[in-house]
Amino acid sequence: MKSIIDYIKEIISAVWSLLKGMQVTGYYFIRPKTIVTQKYPENRKTLVMMERFKGEVVMPHNEKNEHKCTGCGICEINCPNGTIEIISKTITTEDGKKKRVIDKHIYRLGMCTFCALCVKTCPSNALAFSQEFEHAVFNKALLTKVLNKPGSQLMKGVE
Amino acid sequence: MEEAVKELIDENQEYVINMGPQHPSTHGVLRLVVSLKGEIVKNVEPHIGYIHRGIEKMCESITYPQIIHLTDRMDYLSAHINNEAVCLAVEKALETDIPDRIKIIRTIMSELTRIQSHQLFWATYGMDLGGLTCFFYGLRDREKILDIFEETCGSRMIVSYNCPGGLMYDIHPNFQNRVKEFIKYFRRTLPEYDQLLTGNVIFRERTMNVGRLSLEDAISYGVTGPSGRASGFSCDVRKHEPYSAYDRVKFNEITFNDGDSYHRYLVRMKEMWESMDIIEQLIDNIPEGPYAVKMKPVIKLPEGEYYQRVETARGELGVYIISDGNKNPYRVKFRSPNFVNLSVLNLISKDFKIADLVTIGGSLDLVIPDIDR
Repeated sequence: MKSIIDYIKEIISAVWSLLKGMQVTGYYFIRPKTIVTQKYPENRKTLVMMERFKGEVVMPHNEKNEHKCTGCGICEINCPNGTIEIISKTITTEDGKKKRVIDKHIYRLGMCTFCALCVKTCPSNALAFSQEFEHAVFNKALLTKVLNKPGSQLMKGVE
Repeated sequence: MEEAVKELIDENQEYVINMGPQHPSTHGVLRLVVSLKGEIVKNVEPHIGYIHRGIEKMCESITYPQIIHLTDRMDYLSAHINNEAVCLAVEKALETDIPDRIKIIRTIMSELTRIQSHQLFWATYGMDLGGLTCFFYGLRDREKILDIFEETCGSRMIVSYNCPGGLMYDIHPNFQNRVKEFIKYFRRTLPEYDQLLTGNVIFRERTMNVGRLSLEDAISYGVTGPSGRASGFSCDVRKHEPYSAYDRVKFNEITFNDGDSYHRYLVRMKEMWESMDIIEQLIDNIPEGPYAVKMKPVIKLPEGEYYQRVETARGELGVYIISDGNKNPYRVKFRSPNFVNLSVLNLISKDFKIADLVTIGGSLDLVIPDIDR
């Protein structure tokens, strides 16, 4: 007799435990305001990433098409997996001195691990992170980018 | 391999199946070769190495600040704690004094990492055992922590926020408010976890007395973290060998004596409360100061051997660095908790049913990239 009572008690407590769980889901079911899901491709226009979000490395240019990269190569040395490659060239300045400037600052997005060592160690703050995160492309070659814009120059006053 | 399978069938009349490498309940590419007699598990042989990247070898050819981004990718759920381990080892070698501000921020970040890791454990463990609802509720709350990480560190999971000598950037001005908001929110939603899963009769029946690990076995196999503490093995590095700011906070080390899957789960649930207590003690007491100590541009460790252990969300992580005085380490060895915890799987899953193997594997909370490194 006792075992039967225990058996029934067990069933009741089991059903009760399930109902308690259902209480939580029911609570949220009748409160649509608590929904946190974002409809991603639809909300693209209003989607704002955090300001520090590490999307991809960019080289900010000012309105005169000038950047701050001196071509010192510290980012290239600090990069752990060879994402950055700097190709420099020698030009003759107006007062006849020879000067080394960057020709191409090559950045391979496909290899980047976003460790931020290049941005942090850059002595002239020439690099920054953009908030762009939609990196998918159909052609692998598109992931190799040249960061300095064509025809751009070193900003005056940056050594 | 085929011959080995035939042998097994011939000798013991056992049926050999592969669980994994692509199996939803192994949470990664872990292959378990399971010998079955009927439905009863007789032997489990883990085959690892599917995601081996040679991180220890790679560390030998890069500098110390560069190691940080690789340790992120070992145990990606406690990325911040892994980073901290390497930084502490390097700072120990250089005998750098770390200001309180850095120590406290690191501790808060570590505890947030621990909470998000346990939340993911809860979410996936519920899903492994058939409760899909848990997955959504767990990830919903985890998102709040990931947003805090994103705001301060710039990434959500693999944060790379530590560097030898301090932190990469200062905390975001919003950081303290957001953390306080999260603690307030999570103190309200964590009881829901218990209501949803802990008391659930199906869950209790499937986890109680399944995969019992005795204290002797836990110590002799070296099972640490929540899995070890569920067996009564007092192994919390935060308590026994405090690093960062753990010596100035009060918290309890959670231990149980049963050592079954249910108690391994309970330890993690209770640890989330403790982590919240630790954060609450520290969040208002962040002193002013620099966020990083000025280090030399090229960090060279003096010749010698250095060891630092920390408590990740899954157990004790040890970082062992041998330096020959160069800018690259001579040898780096990681004592990863998951690799050691995996070794006990065969012992505790013997004579249980194959469905219980999912329960036991899930309760050990394995992260496969940390096993393979």
